[in-house]
Amino acid sequence: MPGKLKVKIVAGRHLPVMDRASDLTDAFVEVKFGNTTFKTDVYHKSLNPQWNSEWFKFEVDDEDLQDEPLQITVLDHDTYSANDAIGKVYIDIDPLLYSEAATVISGWFPIYDTIHGIRGEINVVVKVDLFNDLNRFRQSSCGVKFFCTTSIPKCYRAMIIHGFVEELVVNEDPEYQWIDRIRTPRASNEARQRLISLMSGELQRKIGLKVLEMRGNAVVGYLQCFDLEGESGLVVRAIGTACTLDKLSSPAAFLPACNSPSKEMKESPLVHPPSHGCRSTHNSPIHTASGSRLTQNFSVSVPTLIYTGMGSGSAGKEGGPFKGLLRQQTQSALEQREFPFFTLTAFPPGFLVHVGGVVSARSVKLLDRIHNPAFVGIMGNTRPYKLLDWNSFNSDEPETRDAWWAEIRQEIKSHAKALGCHAVVGYSESTSICEEVCILSASGTAAVLNPRLLQDGTVEGCLEQRLEENLLPGCGFCHIPYDELNMPFPAHLTYCCNCRKQKVPDVLFTTIDLPVDATVIGKGCLIQARLCRLKKKAQAEANATAISNLLPFMEYEVHTQLMNKLKLKGMNALFGLRIQISVGENMLMGLASATGVYLAALPTPGGIQIAGKTPNDGSYEQHISHMQKKINDTIAKNKELYEINPPEISEEIIGSPIPEPRQRSRLLRSQSESSDEVTELDLSHGKKDAFVLEIDDTDAMEDVHSLLTDVPPPSGFYSCNTEIMPGINNWTSEIQMFTSVRVIRLSSLNLTNQALNKNFNDLCENLLKSLYFKLRSMIPCCLCHVNFTVSLPEDELIQVTVTAVAITFDKNQALQTTKTHVEKSLQRASTDNEELLQFPLELCSDSLPPHPFPPAKEHLESASSNSGIPAAQRATSVDYSSFADRCSSWIELIKLKAQTIRRGSIKTTVTVEKSSPMGEGNFRNRSAPSCASSTVGVVKMTPLSFIPGAKITKYLGIINMFFIRETTSLREEGGVSGFLHAFIAEVFAMVRAHVAALGGNAVVSYIMKQCVFMENPNKNQAQCLINVSGDAVVFVRESELEVVSTQQPAANCQPACTGEVTT
Amino acid sequence: MTSELDIFVGNTTLIDEDVYRLWLDGYSVSDAVALRVRSGILEQTGATAAVLQSDTMDHYRTFHMLERLLHAPPKLLHQLIFQIPPSRQALLIERYYTFDEAFVREVLGKKLSKGTKKDLDDISTKTGITLKSCRRQFDNFKRVFKVVEEMRGSLVDNIQQHFLLSDRLARDYAAIVFFANNRFETGKKKLQYLTFGDFAFCAELMIQNWTLGAVDSQVDDMDVDLDKEFLQDLKELKALVADKDLLDLHKSLVCTALRGKLGVFSEMEANFKNLSRGLVNVAAKLTHNKDVRDLFVDLVEKFVEPCRSDHWPLSDVRLFLNQYSASVHSLDGFRYQALWDRYMGTLRGCLLRLYHD
Repeated sequence: MPGKLKVKIVAGRHLPVMDRASDLTDAFVEVKFGNTTFKTDVYHKSLNPQWNSEWFKFEVDDEDLQDEPLQITVLDHDTYSANDAIGKVYIDIDPLLYSEAATVISGWFPIYDTIHGIRGEINVVVKVDLFNDLNRFRQSSCGVKFFCTTSIPKCYRAMIIHGFVEELVVNEDPEYQWIDRIRTPRASNEARQRLISLMSGELQRKIGLKVLEMRGNAVVGYLQCFDLEGESGLVVRAIGTACTLDKLSSPAAFLPACNSPSKEMKESPLVHPPSHGCRSTHNSPIHTASGSRLTQNFSVSVPTLIYTGMGSGSAGKEGGPFKGLLRQQTQSALEQREFPFFTLTAFPPGFLVHVGGVVSARSVKLLDRIHNPAFVGIMGNTRPYKLLDWNSFNSDEPETRDAWWAEIRQEIKSHAKALGCHAVVGYSESTSICEEVCILSASGTAAVLNPRLLQDGTVEGCLEQRLEENLLPGCGFCHIPYDELNMPFPAHLTYCCNCRKQKVPDVLFTTIDLPVDATVIGKGCLIQARLCRLKKKAQAEANATAISNLLPFMEYEVHTQLMNKLKLKGMNALFGLRIQISVGENMLMGLASATGVYLAALPTPGGIQIAGKTPNDGSYEQHISHMQKKINDTIAKNKELYEINPPEISEEIIGSPIPEPRQRSRLLRSQSESSDEVTELDLSHGKKDAFVLEIDDTDAMEDVHSLLTDVPPPSGFYSCNTEIMPGINNWTSEIQMFTSVRVIRLSSLNLTNQALNKNFNDLCENLLKSLYFKLRSMIPCCLCHVNFTVSLPEDELIQVTVTAVAITFDKNQALQTTKTHVEKSLQRASTDNEELLQFPLELCSDSLPPHPFPPAKEHLESASSNSGIPAAQRATSVDYSSFADRCSSWIELIKLKAQTIRRGSIKTTVTVEKSSPMGEGNFRNRSAPSCASSTVGVVKMTPLSFIPGAKITKYLGIINMFFIRETTSLREEGGVSGFLHAFIAEVFAMVRAHVAALGGNAVVSYIMKQCVFMENPNKNQAQCLINVSGDAVVFVRESELEVVSTQQPAANCQPACTGEVTT
Repeated sequence: MTSELDIFVGNTTLIDEDVYRLWLDGYSVSDAVALRVRSGILEQTGATAAVLQSDTMDHYRTFHMLERLLHAPPKLLHQLIFQIPPSRQALLIERYYTFDEAFVREVLGKKLSKGTKKDLDDISTKTGITLKSCRRQFDNFKRVFKVVEEMRGSLVDNIQQHFLLSDRLARDYAAIVFFANNRFETGKKKLQYLTFGDFAFCAELMIQNWTLGAVDSQVDDMDVDLDKEFLQDLKELKALVADKDLLDLHKSLVCTALRGKLGVFSEMEANFKNLSRGLVNVAAKLTHNKDVRDLFVDLVEKFVEPCRSDHWPLSDVRLFLNQYSASVHSLDGFRYQALWDRYMGTLRGCLLRLYHD
């Protein structure tokens, strides 16, 4: 019984009139947690009741505390008939379960009803008394912090980044249960909301357990999604990156966290033999053997890989020192570590060594009732669960879905290996479901990471080879990680334009944010590829097959479009690439968004050349040359627009390119479900030069036209889908987060691929144009983190949802004050970073004395000699034998360092802990008069991980909310637009209210993960489901912060306190 | 390709002042789009008509959702659904309650009832203000009236507290409420030259001096109802014109004082008895509701028009009224000095304001 939950119902306001006769309401409140319910007295005849209840106390297990939401129901008392529900509030009490976050939840919450929307507000106070429980077999994972932010949260530092954690839970969807036929829509919606809330809690708890097993204390980049599989059930799944975080200002939590990991790290090389298995496949890219991988339409490529030293069984055996019990516990954790994946998109400097390119995998599955495990793939002969040796089928449901994802992840991993990378960063997973067909997708960026922050042994094997390149600022990550002479695919390599030493590809695609230290020329821009493909309506297997057959072509075309648009912009790299393939009844949609930039390290991109098929036709020739001119003009214009003027580099310095000067893509992916011939999709355009667009039919003509129809944003506007816009750093504090939704109905008459493409393209372009227009008052401004999602809710409907944040920036670089300020803060940031990294850096230099510096010298020499040692040769010269020694020695060092840090920082802690509450108090006092006339404090929301011009001082916990709204009076609520507009506004309001109740004033890393909208205008009905998440934080304006810090000259903590990271 | 659904929701609610004005003026979305196109916004921003249409729709939807809250402005401040900076909230409220001069002149002093609401069509045609906007303005009047009608305390304060209006606007609403409650006639042809400002000025003076609140600040309706006792007492003033000696004495006092100071002295002298009779009779008649309603008609008929026909300059009117009021103090036979001051003090202010072309 390790927890006591205390709830007090204070008051209500703006309640709806429930009694027509008196125009008043007799309200009372039910407070429910688990199976216990308390009630307040009835407050008669008031729309603003003052209950001022006693403290309702629930004595509960912490397991329940994590799973269950607190449920508050406001009702209208009726003497003669049943009491009418006014609405509910669900409060996730998770933020109260870890010490550093919120201590109390107190504030006004909107009372929400799934039929009527928000109906008044209720003031609630919630507290939790938690008793420490040292039971190691416990099922709860209280204390593990969760962050949606996909980088190390601003006021923490990463001690260890453990790696990938995932979990999924399934259940029947209440909407599809038999009881749904007899209950009201409200009851059904509430059952669903409650179930998802419960499942999210359970999921989070289970993930937390895995993190604890890994000896971590936090999950960063936590992404939880739910799949509405309809008849076959409801899946809630989550992925994240387990870390051991240390709060920069208060090392309280750091003491226990630091001893245990170092202990485990010693063991880790033993526990993780996979690292060796991993390395064995390293020099021979697997996809040479991949031709045999496919059986029928579904990928069972996985087993071969699994059994070559990667299986959990073998790991368990080799991990001899583990006791049986422990093995059972760690088994799942080990399995996770098979996947060296990171959901992070931004990293501590120096963490990312090389980037290989985008890896992605998709798989088409047929959904069946989840509780029927025998049927997995459409071809009954492939049953991954058998191959994967799952030990039980009793609780079979998650295993089926688990197996599906395991397959995909294996595939991603093998792709990464083919690119010479041992890790995948910026990893994400998604699904698209239509009826019983489901496309599972995963993508990430293959990368080589620096082991300093990785506890895990699996990644060590192939690391050191290029460690030295870290010291080259701004270009190291571009250098190819794979063996030049044994390239996984033919590629066009040149010497890095920055260091002139290493080889780089000519284009680079990634799913991560632009690394802070990357040298970029000019500004970036949002690049989108949009594509529709019709497909025949079909059932079950036929449908899945049709989709599988279409997918490779879509991938190819999306890639071509991206490449062409990138060239058209005169840029050479894509960041934040996200390709979404959505499936509908009669079509597939592909939407790829990314931010294009010009990386100084990569060669200048060539132009686009158009070639006709019939060279003899004079007018045709003329037309072609006209097009060519237009394209050239566009490229020139874009270069000017985005300020891309790279320094001219003479050919001699670059050196002659590697033979086979062909345009090759950096995008490697596969259609696991595609037919046998197309195993690895070669996106390198066969023997043709990709720069050449051949116009041989009208289709190609369309393509060229569509290339030119993308209108650049109006002047003063920039847009990107990454966290920040390369080339802009003088942000001002004005931000505006927004969500925009559009649904168009296609006229079914002219449904051709071209017409579809045009419609889809127009839809997206018009949407962007609308955004630019609406936000024109913010100019100069940049739309950051532009996140498009496409879905096909019905036959002829396309829905596009965009969430982004507009941030103004100071255009006048000449304004000295701001400039210096920015510079100062940047400088501060960099010193901060150094500070942050000081210990790992020392570590490396200590443990690898000869390595970091000599290579730099070597670079200088070879740069002058200009011939250079081929990268491959040097790679092989890396000393593997000393690997284990080094490993253990730097673990010792971590321990040592950790101790000294601990000792050294005690003083700091005290001052900081003293100052931070005061700082907060200051902030609260301040915020009050600023909105004196209004009682509602401002809560900022942003999809970014930071707030410009401010410093995040505290993370209060994760916000993860799920709402359903339904109406049977659609017309009266202003039609579909009115309905959804009001609903989204209400969702924002509820998020803000929860954040405010936690004591926060902003949500960062906000994301609307799902917005499922269904309508039935004939019945005057509509329903919408929305799932949002983010991190509740407290931020302090930089200007206020300076006041605070000068008031309290705590010399020690100042770099930590004021070090503003505006990156 | 038709747009089924098209929405934009910001964490901070976007308010476009120009579109808000168009919405308040009651234009339909298509009219508003047309007007915006005419304003040259497309050229300035390079947007298309479709973008403008979508933007206008969005704003209209937002305003429509906000309207419910604007009906009770304190709710707008406390609600959680729309995050709007305080300055914007104030702007929304102030603009929403701002009314058109032409419209207010039509309904000022009328009963704010369904009957009047039916006449809005005619008002709309007459003033060129859209029916929708007329309805909003009318409903605003009515809403404010309903809320403050039976409230204690200062009328202006009550309005400000419940509708969060600026001081200026709250005063205007006080006048509207006062006029509506007392049903002063303002629509007669001979009153057409008067502006809302003239009436509002008079209303303020009357509220200050002639209502219950002027003597007792603890009664209900204190600022909206005229002090009945006071009105009854006004009958006593009749002595000033009924008693021939008093009237002659009064006249001679005024004439003596103003001789040589007034440009229109002879006209004044000739008209004194008529003017005085007019002013005193107006007072004496105020016991009847019907005559209270005709107060302004009477004032204009009995005083403003005669003076105007003789081309009195405003300065002479002022001199005359001052002397006319003050001289009564020297009439020993007249006992109601305080009553006279309460009446004439306000009336003098009103008359001076009403005296213009």
